[in-house]
Amino acid sequence: MTTTLDSRKRGQAAHIAPPTPRRRSKLGQYNWFGGTAGWLWLVIVMVPLYWIVITSFKLQADYFSTNPLVPPAKPTLENYRFVLENHFVRYFFNSVIVTVGAVGPAVVVSFMAAYAVVRGSAVSRFLRTVNAVFLMGLAIPLQAVIIPVYLMIIKLQMYDTLGAIILPSIAFAIPLSVLVLSNFIRDIPKELFESMRMDGATEWGTLWRLALPLTRPALVTVTIYQGLQVWNGFLLPLILTQSPEQRVLPLALSAFQGQYNINIPAVLASVVLTTLPILVLYVVGRRQLLSGLTAGFGK
Amino acid sequence: MAWPALVAFTVFGLVPLVGVLVLSFSSWSGLTQDVPFSGLDSWKSTLTDPGLPHALLVTFLIMALSWLAQTPLSILLGVFIAAHSRYRSVLAVLFFIPLLLSQAAIAITYKMLLDPNFGLGASLGWGFLQQDWLGEGNLAIGVVIFVVSWQWIPFHSLIYQGGVRQIPVAMYEAAEIDGAGRVRKFFSITLPQLKYTIITSSTLMVVGSLTFFDLIWVLTAGGPADATRALAVDMYVRGFRTGQMGPASAIAVILVLLGLGLALLLRRLGGRDTTESQLEGI
Repeated sequence: MTTTLDSRKRGQAAHIAPPTPRRRSKLGQYNWFGGTAGWLWLVIVMVPLYWIVITSFKLQADYFSTNPLVPPAKPTLENYRFVLENHFVRYFFNSVIVTVGAVGPAVVVSFMAAYAVVRGSAVSRFLRTVNAVFLMGLAIPLQAVIIPVYLMIIKLQMYDTLGAIILPSIAFAIPLSVLVLSNFIRDIPKELFESMRMDGATEWGTLWRLALPLTRPALVTVTIYQGLQVWNGFLLPLILTQSPEQRVLPLALSAFQGQYNINIPAVLASVVLTTLPILVLYVVGRRQLLSGLTAGFGK
Repeated sequence: MAWPALVAFTVFGLVPLVGVLVLSFSSWSGLTQDVPFSGLDSWKSTLTDPGLPHALLVTFLIMALSWLAQTPLSILLGVFIAAHSRYRSVLAVLFFIPLLLSQAAIAITYKMLLDPNFGLGASLGWGFLQQDWLGEGNLAIGVVIFVVSWQWIPFHSLIYQGGVRQIPVAMYEAAEIDGAGRVRKFFSITLPQLKYTIITSSTLMVVGSLTFFDLIWVLTAGGPADATRALAVDMYVRGFRTGQMGPASAIAVILVLLGLGLALLLRRLGGRDTTESQLEGI
């Protein structure tokens, strides 16, 4: 009884406890200026989102005849049916394949590299160089190298396949993932590694049995962040694929919009469907996602 | 254990980086498997093309204006959210949603919202909103900047929130004893103390804005009449639409150099490693 209560309390505290004690509140009056800006910004953020959602439940005819900011009197799922019947499911699975196919390997190899860099760079000049290479990689924008990547994909005869999106996505997820994971592994006390070695564990065993469990929060963060990047990625699919069979969601949205330009509710329903998985993720793992986004400095 | 990552990154990150420089000396059309080389031709034609200064101008315009639009608001919101209270953390949660949407989705949404015939302005009959937002050059740049701010101000205000929470409370208490008001405290303590945060956030904004592509492409495709044809868009159009991979590669090289130059410049201004302080305040 007490244990359940205890653990529940602890779980709650971990969720709600602010990172620093409240302090501004005791320092004088309410910040009216910031408060007004805050609420105003909330309106600016929410109105388009609200409009997307309510419009996606309107019949096309109603959209033109009703106030766009008033929710539909008779919400309809017609637009969602229409979108789902127009190959949405295929595009969705293409996106899932690309995201899982890129993020899974990227996180695994980045984790191994981060471990090697932290544990080995004190003794090995090679690993110090490797780390420097990854750090430099943070500064390379995808746009700048897209032309040679395109040429390579053609030479590999992978043009217009999902693999063409996956391979460069893995590469471009590596620098930031290594940075975040190695920062995290560096915080693991050295004594733990030493005692593992005393017990006769190999580096490989230490990697999986010690570093992996202790790095789990960072791994989740990196996975979510890179997942978001790949899921929303537009440039690689635009350049490296062509046929509708290989279309991923951001590209499908854009094509759909061109095809059904006038059917605003249907296009917005496809926007909702595309964003829904991420929103679910956001609701579940908000803290992890926020720290992931800030760790990734967004770009 | 570092090998798999190193190989993957070298093949699709470092090799293309060298490759883009090599390709800038070619006249590849993008359609063939062989790449014909042509010396300095691509560079000559790129550097003398009036399209380049225009693309640079558009890029810098978007960069400067979006910095100006985002920074004051982000600081203001960051300072506000940094003070703890439950409803502010709820605000922060909602603020973040735009960052989760793909730029394609955001661009499509705004395109429809701002449509002069079927958009919000037309349906509500609000004259102000009922303009041809994406059909007129200056307005289109304004829309790009607004949409960028819409997506990114929440992120930067989070960075500022982290920065504000690092400021020692004692400074405020001392200022209060000296009789400083809120505004005075903001300008004499908060703003100077946020110096490094401002540099970090500005670096991200400025360098990031060099690579704006998805949003502009879906929103305006560089139009109307090249008004929003920034460098990354220019590169894409030249390379993948008109088959001039040589000049497009030259522009990509310029992009890399500009990004590096700007990052170094801002870092010198800050006198500190700009990658620090990223995880604070989460």
